[in-house]
Amino acid sequence: MRPGWLDRIWPLLPVLAALAFTSVLLLLFKASPVVAFSAMLEGAFGSSERILNVIAFWIPLLLCAAGLLITFQAGLWNIGIEGQIILGSIGATWVALSLELAAPLQITLEILAAMAGGALWAGIAGWLKTRGGVHEIFGGLALNNLAIILTNYLISGPWQPPEGGSFRGTVPFGEHALLPLFDGSRFSPLALILAGTAFSIVMIALRNSTWGLKLKALGRNSRSAFLLGVSSNREAVLAMMFCGALAGLGGAVRVLSWFDSLRQSISGGIGYLALLVVMLAAYRVLWVPFVAFFFSAVLNGAIVLQLRTQLHSSLGDILTGVMVLFVLLLGDPIRLRGLRRAKDDG
Amino acid sequence: MSRNKLNLLFSLLIIGSLLLAACAAPAAEPTEAPAAEEPAAEEPAAEPLTFGVVLVGPANDHGWSQAHAEGAQYVADNLGANLILFESLNPADKPEATLDGVVDDMISQGATLIITTSDEFEEDTATVAASHPDVIFINASGDDVHTGEAGPNLGNVMGRMEDMKAIAGCAAALTTQTGSIGYVGPLINFETRRLVASAYLGAKYCYENYRGLDPADLDFAVTWIGFWFNIPGVTLDPTEVVSNFIDTGSDVIMSGIDTTEAIDVVGQRFAADEVVHAVPYDFIGACETAPAACLGVPFFSWGPAYLALAQSVQDGTWVQSWDWNAANYNALGDPTQTDVGWVPGEGLSAEASASLDQFIAGLASGEINVWTGPINLQDGSEYIAAGATATDDEIWYLPQLPEGVEGPSE
Repeated sequence: MRPGWLDRIWPLLPVLAALAFTSVLLLLFKASPVVAFSAMLEGAFGSSERILNVIAFWIPLLLCAAGLLITFQAGLWNIGIEGQIILGSIGATWVALSLELAAPLQITLEILAAMAGGALWAGIAGWLKTRGGVHEIFGGLALNNLAIILTNYLISGPWQPPEGGSFRGTVPFGEHALLPLFDGSRFSPLALILAGTAFSIVMIALRNSTWGLKLKALGRNSRSAFLLGVSSNREAVLAMMFCGALAGLGGAVRVLSWFDSLRQSISGGIGYLALLVVMLAAYRVLWVPFVAFFFSAVLNGAIVLQLRTQLHSSLGDILTGVMVLFVLLLGDPIRLRGLRRAKDDG
Repeated sequence: MSRNKLNLLFSLLIIGSLLLAACAAPAAEPTEAPAAEEPAAEEPAAEPLTFGVVLVGPANDHGWSQAHAEGAQYVADNLGANLILFESLNPADKPEATLDGVVDDMISQGATLIITTSDEFEEDTATVAASHPDVIFINASGDDVHTGEAGPNLGNVMGRMEDMKAIAGCAAALTTQTGSIGYVGPLINFETRRLVASAYLGAKYCYENYRGLDPADLDFAVTWIGFWFNIPGVTLDPTEVVSNFIDTGSDVIMSGIDTTEAIDVVGQRFAADEVVHAVPYDFIGACETAPAACLGVPFFSWGPAYLALAQSVQDGTWVQSWDWNAANYNALGDPTQTDVGWVPGEGLSAEASASLDQFIAGLASGEINVWTGPINLQDGSEYIAAGATATDDEIWYLPQLPEGVEGPSE
């Protein structure tokens, strides 16, 4: 069976289906889909500020999705990515609050601490899986909750602002500790370069490296991979830590450019969103940045949608959620990967 | 093969429905447009005000955010103003949304007044106000104007809930048989501290003056759950906190959180013939869950204050101020007449009710001020000297809970 046009445009179908579904939903609420979708378009691309906002939100999403490509390749469900983002934010905050160095050094250390924090949290989940036999989904969920509790403790305890903890967040960091921003927006060009680099590394690792092959073997069948000499435990933990480091970097981008301090719910579900991105992209590496960008545009557009139509605020979430639902309904990713393999081999 | 056909069919169906939706859309549009233009056509004389209101939580939370949403609607109804409401602006619900982005769009839609309804927005409101000097911003519950940090186009508004909490505390003290009152607190900050303190001072006053009992025997404890509402795994579970209070001898439970656990649990225990009562918080209809167990509810009503602010912005007479609005004691239960209020519950005995009315009359006339010294802090230091009364600042910035309240101050 050779892949045809249907296979190529497959990821677009759920998008169209979700748009159709949401249109029907809007009509049921007596709202015009044309007005609604044009409000969303304007919300995402109506001005340069809005476009920059879409890009700024896209960066951590892309970082997380890139990391997840690695764990999915290894057959791992890294649900704990939310906690890894949070630990990254905490790592960056720790450096931001405790050191005062020249900006380049300060920011480098913040980013390294964030990546270490994310990798540590992911490593624990990987270690629990390989040594303790705890499935990474359950370990990840527990670690997500622990990360939230840790944030709440830090912002209401040791890192609370001098005027008293309000559970909002820490004091804003100094200028030297924050990523340089583009023209008063929340978009940091440096973060974009880092995300682009990270994504390229993931792409090369998956396509042209022995590690990528090992992960692939692990993902397909861990037992035979082991028999073929792939240390499945070691590779699984490494894959988790790699993803955790990228998620941690995403967390650093959140605290150092989107916000200027550590806030409660700093990850805000971006990790879960990234899981949806990778699923919607049907695990195709090149689709991931586009799907992630699309999600960012939809969610940002949904803000203006709510403001203009005064419809329920979750419409953006419904739209993205329905898309993924349609992917699961329409497309069977394993079948798709089967097709890809057939193509690669042929 | 059949599967592929099925998929194709399904895709065609979807594309078809998409086309259908697109075709149906223009038909829906004209029905909407005239509706929006109508008010302008009716009142060509006055330029209708457009104002934006940003909520931190959902507009139907039966608590803080709902009170603001209803206040905003009250303005829209009474002034014929256009309301742009944005709910649930917080990083957990909307990680992609920012206050400046939301406000920018409100202003592009013609808003000349923006009300941000949480202290969560205090800093961001100050920043965004500075970049829109022609628009008036009001931050509810903030104190930037009072501290002098606010730009010229930023005002603050808050209701004097402290007095209503004193009434609530009085109702609790008039009812308790075990002499033990439990207060379910949210997180600890200046606002929540002064509300607990007011409730305690009201309770102490009434315990001593109407019941003739020694206030030293009054047991008043606060348990902070850690946030405004229950977050499983993060905060203490308010249901457990309430049950625990009752199991350890408290027979009146006061709530300081956004949600309804206190009245829920107490209602169940009351229905099982236990002698327990509750004072819920925030939402005027909160007693409805368990009317017989409810002593009354202190509530916020933002409509009157927001209407006055909107009116002044529309007329161009707005002046910057830090409003800490006292209750209108002539209409304490009428949300259209007062900024903070109190609705008595069925759980109050006739005797308690009479004493409470006397207490409220005393507050109204100024004869009674529960913030009259001597008031010591928990560490034993004197805060208000004997005979003196606390200033607004001393109440607003209360650094510690008063002596006599059990529970942490920070």
